[in-house]
Amino acid sequence: MTMKQFGAVTVQVDDDGHLANGSMWNENLAKEIAKEEGIESLTDRHWLVINYMRKEYEAKGDAPSLRKLTKESGVDTKELYALFPKGPAKKAAKIAGLPKPKGCI
Amino acid sequence: MVKPTDREREYTMSSTNVVPITKVSIIVSHGSLEGVYPGLIMANGARMEGIDASVFFTFFGLYAIMEKTMDHLRVATVGNPAMHVPDAKGVPMPTILGAIPGMSAFATSMMKKEMEKLDIPPVREFLQMIKDAGGELYACKATVDMFHLTKSDFFEGIDGIISVGEFYEKAAGGQIIFT
Repeated sequence: MTMKQFGAVTVQVDDDGHLANGSMWNENLAKEIAKEEGIESLTDRHWLVINYMRKEYEAKGDAPSLRKLTKESGVDTKELYALFPKGPAKKAAKIAGLPKPKGCI
Repeated sequence: MVKPTDREREYTMSSTNVVPITKVSIIVSHGSLEGVYPGLIMANGARMEGIDASVFFTFFGLYAIMEKTMDHLRVATVGNPAMHVPDAKGVPMPTILGAIPGMSAFATSMMKKEMEKLDIPPVREFLQMIKDAGGELYACKATVDMFHLTKSDFFEGIDGIISVGEFYEKAAGGQIIFT
């Protein structure tokens, strides 16, 4: 567990650099994490994905697979990769304040 | 005291500067369900990590991208000493049982059920997922010629029919994964 600064906020992160304590998450933190991941601003489409992931995590205890995400969030695979370039599942989870997804799909 | 050689020193130094993989070229050379999936999972997994990925289907791997066969790939129950029944933690299945008509279809449907539980898509959907994620799919020209196939036999999402030389050109700068 180490401390990491995102913009003006410093939080505890796990070994993958994801937020260690979920209750510390808020939308401002999400924006700062997104900037660090190379996403300058979060659009409604980004928020759709982020909110869907948070909901699934709360219900199932793990972030949804990419396949589930593309089928149920309303955002398809092509758009997902355009919104979160290079590693959408991990990036979206990080911005959503969730741990790295465990699955292979 | 034995002094480290230049080579040993270089190895120690380089192990602290791990270079991430940025590109993979995956070869799929088998046509059974269990022979095709490792390559597809690796290709999709690569794209999920932001790694460029292309998949080259050769020999019986072509069946995974041919319209007529891609929805009907099966698990081998004959000549597959790794087959266990009634599930993966069961006992090895005797070859004579595997040859019973319907056994392969049964084993295939069992495996497909387990994959669906884990959200692993069927071959056609998986290939489309890989394509939508920016991956590329190619058929091996030598096998296409050998099987007397044409472009129209293939899934419309393939990016081309290429030779082994062209495969090597495309694989340059990345890692080659043979399955």
